[in-house]
Amino acid sequence: MVSSTAPRTALLASRTRFEEKRLLEALDRRGIPCTAIDTRTVRHHLHDTPPPWDLVLNREISATKALYAALTYESAGVTVINSATAIETCGDKWRTSLALRAAGIPTPPAALALTAQAAEEAAEEIGYPVVLKPLVGSWGRRVALIPDAAALRTVLEYSEALPSPLAKLAYLQRYVDKPDRDIRVIVVGGIPIGAMYRTSDGWRTNVARGATTTACPLTDDLAKLAATAARETGADLAGVDLVEDADGGLQVLEVNHGVEFKGFQEAHTDRIDVAELIVERLVLGADRRMDRETVREVGA
Amino acid sequence: MTTATQTCPECDGPVDVGDTVRASEVIECPECRSELEVVATEPLLLALAPEVEEDWGE
Repeated sequence: MVSSTAPRTALLASRTRFEEKRLLEALDRRGIPCTAIDTRTVRHHLHDTPPPWDLVLNREISATKALYAALTYESAGVTVINSATAIETCGDKWRTSLALRAAGIPTPPAALALTAQAAEEAAEEIGYPVVLKPLVGSWGRRVALIPDAAALRTVLEYSEALPSPLAKLAYLQRYVDKPDRDIRVIVVGGIPIGAMYRTSDGWRTNVARGATTTACPLTDDLAKLAATAARETGADLAGVDLVEDADGGLQVLEVNHGVEFKGFQEAHTDRIDVAELIVERLVLGADRRMDRETVREVGA
Repeated sequence: MTTATQTCPECDGPVDVGDTVRASEVIECPECRSELEVVATEPLLLALAPEVEEDWGE
């Protein structure tokens, strides 16, 4: 039964993956009409009348296209999830680090260097091994664990040869000697709905790189850190990545604005339905049954 | 909607697209592992999905 208060909804995507299909099915089950917008057809004239939606679920896979679509629809008065502000912050690792640091959220020491020479000096200051990451990009691509100065110099030479000005900037992070796993918490509308471990043979634990996923208890510490990280980066729908350091403490690595949840869904089977919760919290705006007690239950 | 088994545009292998397929859906060829995109549903048409770009990701 469609709610009388259901917003006129659209889902923006250029690829219908597991996540988009589940969202469209969840909307269908609620009887909420949803316009599927293929990003490849999007064009907007300055003097156009506003589009006929109240809410756009922004599932575009390209961070650049997602950002500009969000800016465009927001300028026309449409609520976009995630917003342009969230994409700008979460889509750039340095901006994320600055937001986490400003909020006092534990995150590994990191540095931005604007030239290769400055990057070599920053790496010496951080101490090897260091992790070199592209500012923009995901799925663990081009993320490199650098053992020493010679290796860093070699990798930076490749970065210098890339055409994008952004690729020439070096984001360096202290390597966290973590277990062979990290933790992903999904936050929907400010509420952490559950956590999973991502376990891998390698040091990169992205699901896109073949990591396996298992349910992780959503402790109070995890829930609090993830909710704060999502809030401070402006993400209404967030995948917050954390690592456990050698002392058992938690550090937030990054916040994903275009969160994929296939691995999370597999880890939690039918105990947590991510698409249903997204529709309930972000489309219908309902917060019933999503109090702290429920969060504790679904994460256990 | 056409739901019969389709042919992979990369390897000519059979691809079962199921009966809930949607436009722009990405499916994997079970034989050659190519990512395929549903570019039309009436009639159903498969094409190789675009290559991953630098700023793609979750």
